[in-house]
Amino acid sequence: MLAETPLVNKHKELSAKLAPFGGWLMPIQYSGIIEEHNWVRKSAGLFDICHMGEFMIQADLAKSNLGNLVTIDLGGMPPGACRYGFMLNEQAGIIDDLLVYRIAAVEWMVVVNAATTDGDFAYLKKYLTGAITLKNVSQSLGKLDLQGPLSVDVLEELAGPGIRQLRYYTFGYFELLGEKIIISRTGYTGELGYELYMPNSRIGQLWEKLLSDERVKPIGLGARDTLRLEMGYSLYGQDIDKNTTPLEAGLGYFVDWNKEFIGKAGLLKQKQNGAFRRMICFAADSRRSPRHNYRIVYKGREAGAVTSGSFSPSIGTGIGMGYVGSEIAIGEQIVLSEGAISIKAKVTDKPFYKNGSVKLKYR
Amino acid sequence: MIIPENLLYTREHEWAKINGDKAIMGITDFAQSSLGDITFIDLPKPGVKVRQSEWCATVESVKAASDVYAPLSGEVLKANMELADHPELVNKSAYETGWFAEIKCSDLGEKNKLMNSAQYKEYVQGLSK
Repeated sequence: MLAETPLVNKHKELSAKLAPFGGWLMPIQYSGIIEEHNWVRKSAGLFDICHMGEFMIQADLAKSNLGNLVTIDLGGMPPGACRYGFMLNEQAGIIDDLLVYRIAAVEWMVVVNAATTDGDFAYLKKYLTGAITLKNVSQSLGKLDLQGPLSVDVLEELAGPGIRQLRYYTFGYFELLGEKIIISRTGYTGELGYELYMPNSRIGQLWEKLLSDERVKPIGLGARDTLRLEMGYSLYGQDIDKNTTPLEAGLGYFVDWNKEFIGKAGLLKQKQNGAFRRMICFAADSRRSPRHNYRIVYKGREAGAVTSGSFSPSIGTGIGMGYVGSEIAIGEQIVLSEGAISIKAKVTDKPFYKNGSVKLKYR
Repeated sequence: MIIPENLLYTREHEWAKINGDKAIMGITDFAQSSLGDITFIDLPKPGVKVRQSEWCATVESVKAASDVYAPLSGEVLKANMELADHPELVNKSAYETGWFAEIKCSDLGEKNKLMNSAQYKEYVQGLSK
């Protein structure tokens, strides 16, 4: 039985193609993936992200072990900051990638992936000790993402000029439709954008309100996937999971070695050893798209497998990411193959798409 | 859903337009709509022999790569080279400018295994139930 977001009927009214994602019935596309993708790159797109999980936590870092549950330094976050990081198991495998919001000195919101919400909650409940209250608000708190270079102009009309004060990876409380809600300047598209947390009871109204602006169009998970892949962002369950570590995924930047965290010993051992598989990014010479599980062949030998691949609407070629046994230098030629399909590609740096407005300074 | 009356159809959503001993083929409007934005097509090369119901082309959309099967056996005479740079023509016009290939048929009796438009329409309606 698939879960449905409070907006499922609105998606049906818009004739969206709906399909299962992470246990949820989600809109994959409305007008078409490429058109939606390009709209987010030039205007503003609205995403139903109600499937993702949110936990509210009251915890004093000095009197609890909350800080040890994630790879990032929570103590260094001022209230109003968001940070991206990981929850690891003892072997340093990624239980989930998440966003932490510091609401106040001892108040936090943690945002996790849809398919992992229940598991994450159980894990936190089991391992958190000390003076802590933990609440899973996923069922009552909805989330919309508004992403694209014009998103600030759209949101300013609804939330006021304060929205322009938000720097990348910060958040604030704003009044929208009479509700005081959290809006963060974060996202998963590579464009300037926001994540809006609204109670499920009002999320339909917010959806309608934002879509009434002609600069805004609804965007499905299909374009969300191509947008994030053009940035080289990992997707949990596909590029990273319990059997991959942040170092393998090339995400060591989100690990603070100056603190304790579950999985640190295992990760440190891997770092010192140095011999581990690596995530590489590659662009095809043609419009052909590498796909999940295609083999990566380097110098005639099988070197690894593709985890994510797609046609890149912005670049016009196939792009992808995948793990190889040992690093392959940028610029090297590889072949991605599956059965009779054989795609020539070149190892590249990330992001693939370099003109995104994500870190744009406000005018 | 567009299903022209003068064409023949396969269960895998290819169409064929027979003209004498030649046939033009492509994928149906239902197929292009299900696939979504088409981004690349690997077409059969002129001179290649294809067999009915066997692989003859690959269509890639943003989401997936899908096999296309020959509606009839024969030798490929022409492939629609416009699709190399403009695969979206298949989304815009699956039966006209989005044609895939022309085949010189080796066994026209095979057309008995294909559906006419009324049968295909019923078949597609059955799929979406």
